[in-house]
Amino acid sequence: MTRKSVIMFLAASIAGLFISLVSAQAGEAVEGTAKADKLEQCVEPTPVMRRNHFEFIQHQRDLTVHEGIRGSKYSLAGCVDCHARKDAAGKAVPVNAEGQFCDGCHDYAAVSLKCFECHRTVPGEK
Amino acid sequence: MSREKQQGRREFLKTSAAAAAVTIAPGVMLHTLSADAAPRTEPVTDKVRWGMLIDANKCADGCTECVAACDKENGLDLVDMPEGADPSLWERQRPRWIRQVKLKDNLSGRITNLPMMCQHCEEPPCVDVCPTGASFRRADGIVMVDRHICIGCRYCMMACPYKARSFIHAEVAEKLTHTPRGKGCVESCNFCVQRLDNGESTTACQEACKHQAIVFGDLNDPDSAVSQALKKYPSVQIRADLKLNTGVRYSNI
Repeated sequence: MTRKSVIMFLAASIAGLFISLVSAQAGEAVEGTAKADKLEQCVEPTPVMRRNHFEFIQHQRDLTVHEGIRGSKYSLAGCVDCHARKDAAGKAVPVNAEGQFCDGCHDYAAVSLKCFECHRTVPGEK
Repeated sequence: MSREKQQGRREFLKTSAAAAAVTIAPGVMLHTLSADAAPRTEPVTDKVRWGMLIDANKCADGCTECVAACDKENGLDLVDMPEGADPSLWERQRPRWIRQVKLKDNLSGRITNLPMMCQHCEEPPCVDVCPTGASFRRADGIVMVDRHICIGCRYCMMACPYKARSFIHAEVAEKLTHTPRGKGCVESCNFCVQRLDNGESTTACQEACKHQAIVFGDLNDPDSAVSQALKKYPSVQIRADLKLNTGVRYSNI
């Protein structure tokens, strides 16, 4: 094998690797595409949200289902609307997909999340 | 003109505009009102009782507009048949909030069509039998399932005289934001509660009915379209013998 052909082979394999990497990227979330990425803080200061977000939405769910209050500050639909990122094609990525906003922490903290067995994981259709 | 006087006139105009909106509300102006509607911030009260009058004479044979509109509004069309399921079984068990019922008088051969959904009883048997309190009646008369506490025992389905409830047998891939849906819960018509809570005053089925067979509104308001229609035309409750005081009434059956 000549030196030239070796270089050609290397270049081709590097290009192939690059292409396969790029194609793996398609469908994955792009950082900075969620509404929340552009905001200073959530509906409460970040440390409060980290500790209490589940309390907020658990109370809110009863108010919404039983009393019909839908204009409240806290809502799961609000979480999804703000925190879902988009992929390169502009399509929303589910918040509970691997490594995404909800999954990222819950996976680390070993909290199994039941919200999304029923609730929609990407922002609303309207 | 003094400043106070100006203020007074402004207040007067404000209040008179509000009064006009209230008097127009029942009936004609419903759609316009819903345009600037906001999500509800106060709990629902029993001042309102939502109800419906269905004129079976106007309900046309073969028309499925209300069912289609209901399926679309509540994401029922997104529920797919589980893989490997028996299609005929699926047809009988798939979630449906409105059933089309056809009645035939054997003597005369007269056929009557009507949509049958949750009748939103004042004394709902489904609520009586629910062991967890998931099946409940909201203050404004809407009978609903709180799926957070539903364990899927299906007692309510057995108790309902109207066969109004559906069970979700398998996981649902696609669902709408306002209609969560998961495996193992019971559900039924909720008078498009997400619309009502966002200040609208129509249901998807009423809006879709080309024949104006469905009138929806507040039974407690004597001026509402539904109260007026109930006053004017004879109507019945289905299985009135059970004394459930249904929120859905029928005429011409």
